Amino acid sequence: MAEKNLDAVGRFLARQGILVAFVLFMVGFSLWNPRFIDIDNVFGVIRSSAILGVMALGVTFVVIGGNLDLSVGSLMSFSAIVVLDLHENPAFGPFLAIPVMFAMTMAIGALIGFLVGYLRLNSLIVTLGMLSAIHGLTLTWSGGQNMDIANQDATWFGVFGRGTALGIPIPVLIFGLLAAVLAILLAKTPFGRKVYAVGGNGTAATFSGIPRARVVFFTYLISSFCVATAGLIQASRTMGAQNTVGQGMELEVLAAVILGGASLLGGSGTVFKTVIGVLILGFIQNGLLLAGLQFYVQFVVTWVIIILAVWLDIATKRGKLWSAIA
Amino acid sequence: MKSDNMSNLIKNGAIWGFIVLELIFFQIAGEFWSLSERAFMDLDNMLLLLKQSAPIGIIAVGMTVIMINGNIDLSVGATYALCAIVMLDSMSWPFMESLGDWAIPLAWLFALLTGAVLGLINGIIVWKTGVDAFIVTLGSMLGYRGLVFMYNGENPTYHLNWTMVDIAEWDLFGVETPALVFLAVALIVWFVMTRTVHGRNAYAVGNNREAAVNAAIRVGPHMLINFVLIGFLAALSAVTFYSGSGSVNPNDGMLFELWAITAVVLGGTKLIGGAGSIVGTFGGVIAIQLLRKGLGHIGADTATVNLVIGLILIAVLFLDRQLNVKGKEELKV
Repeated sequence: MAEKNLDAVGRFLARQGILVAFVLFMVGFSLWNPRFIDIDNVFGVIRSSAILGVMALGVTFVVIGGNLDLSVGSLMSFSAIVVLDLHENPAFGPFLAIPVMFAMTMAIGALIGFLVGYLRLNSLIVTLGMLSAIHGLTLTWSGGQNMDIANQDATWFGVFGRGTALGIPIPVLIFGLLAAVLAILLAKTPFGRKVYAVGGNGTAATFSGIPRARVVFFTYLISSFCVATAGLIQASRTMGAQNTVGQGMELEVLAAVILGGASLLGGSGTVFKTVIGVLILGFIQNGLLLAGLQFYVQFVVTWVIIILAVWLDIATKRGKLWSAIA
Repeated sequence: MKSDNMSNLIKNGAIWGFIVLELIFFQIAGEFWSLSERAFMDLDNMLLLLKQSAPIGIIAVGMTVIMINGNIDLSVGATYALCAIVMLDSMSWPFMESLGDWAIPLAWLFALLTGAVLGLINGIIVWKTGVDAFIVTLGSMLGYRGLVFMYNGENPTYHLNWTMVDIAEWDLFGVETPALVFLAVALIVWFVMTRTVHGRNAYAVGNNREAAVNAAIRVGPHMLINFVLIGFLAALSAVTFYSGSGSVNPNDGMLFELWAITAVVLGGTKLIGGAGSIVGTFGGVIAIQLLRKGLGHIGADTATVNLVIGLILIAVLFLDRQLNVKGKEELKV
């Protein structure tokens, strides 16, 4: 009986390897430097990871559905620029700017969803093209200028990025709330099961009567909703934005999702694991800084961790450490 | 069978047809909208275009081989920047300075070696761990960029050597060094891909890896060689460009991987591997550079260029799919 339990624990550890590594990392670092686990520091890390995290939540749906989204960074710049510009426009103001920005961002998400879902085009190339096209759109909108809110004291717009409620920073609240809602959507609803089915085996899903195109379409719509939320937090936190504020984030987001254990082939991954992936990236960055290392060392460490995480994952699945490639 | 040939002809010729269309369009549109007195299809302008397309072009040639293999390399931009820094920084090492102009070939060698080693690292990881090349190179894209920043922080690295600039701006009948290097690289890799065993293996591995293994192709070392090749070519691209400019920023080369992939896909190479050609990629590189230059010629800004290139990429994908599906009784799912 005890042996059986031990076996179950072993299997659990193998399955939740990334979570175990995370806990070990946290405990080790807190023993070494108690400031690491300080509540202010923890909130600080989560707050600075929130923008990346919110985007990663949406991309998790896309990746589980068996596709990629390389356009999220570019789209985030777009939504931040648009919301700031409309905010400054007297005809809109903050009350109208936010819903209009969400509508525009999600319209672009719907376009990508249409191209990948209904036209069945390769998602890597489509979103690569959209990365470039949306960047062009952003530059056209802003005229190449940075956007700033002129009178920052006169608006409540800063609440999404700078405010706190019950002592918790608002970006952390948004990230947590969105993660909870999306986790339920993915794990407990028929839609969530369909996303797994489409990503796991698209043909089988189609033959089971699952509307593959529509499911893929909605994963991109969810992704663009998350991107719009991230853009809102970003714009509100800095009360201004550059045209390139989200540049390169698409790959960091993907790194977090992969670190969480989602397979790029689709069909696996969870919202919870993605959150862990985001937190690992955030806390590693913070830990290295507290250790007095250069900021850029985190990129190298992230590289090593991503490779090790994915390698261990597939090594456990195939039961051999080294690949079978001749 | 005949319609098969026809559709192949359309597919292979499409990129050249597109280039001709671009040339005609910008020539005519330039008459109306351009502020410049010069015609678009001016010889000097075309030579300049070839030179400007060299940095991305050299990398795109390597990317074609990688993608024919069914792999992808996202780390080329970071490799490019790191090699440029190694080259320019090594010029000011004390022992190098004492060598005078003989330091130049040595600096090039350091850069090219760096590129080859970075490619080797990617290749070994792909081979030995079996992790997908997309993930491996996504990781090393971050890692190599981290090394770039650790080298010199956010400061630019520069070293201006006039002999080196002279070499970079040397020309043969008006074709400058970068363009010559691009043409030579394209020619050599084209030869390798069409006339040698390695080239034939590249298609075999991309087409059906299992079958390639059964045909006694050593897939691991084969892919390793290709990753070393693309690392080397990214370094060569950096060498040709930065010998002339003499200054590199740590953010240089960002998005190069995406430009290179765009050019390769426009040239007809499939993401799933097994199909594609160097000639097509050459056309893709030229087509993109023509578009950037042509839109600039008629007064459009970068915003429009980005927008148009993105939309064209999606349109090409759509058309390609339509052409491929036609006549192939594919299961409608």
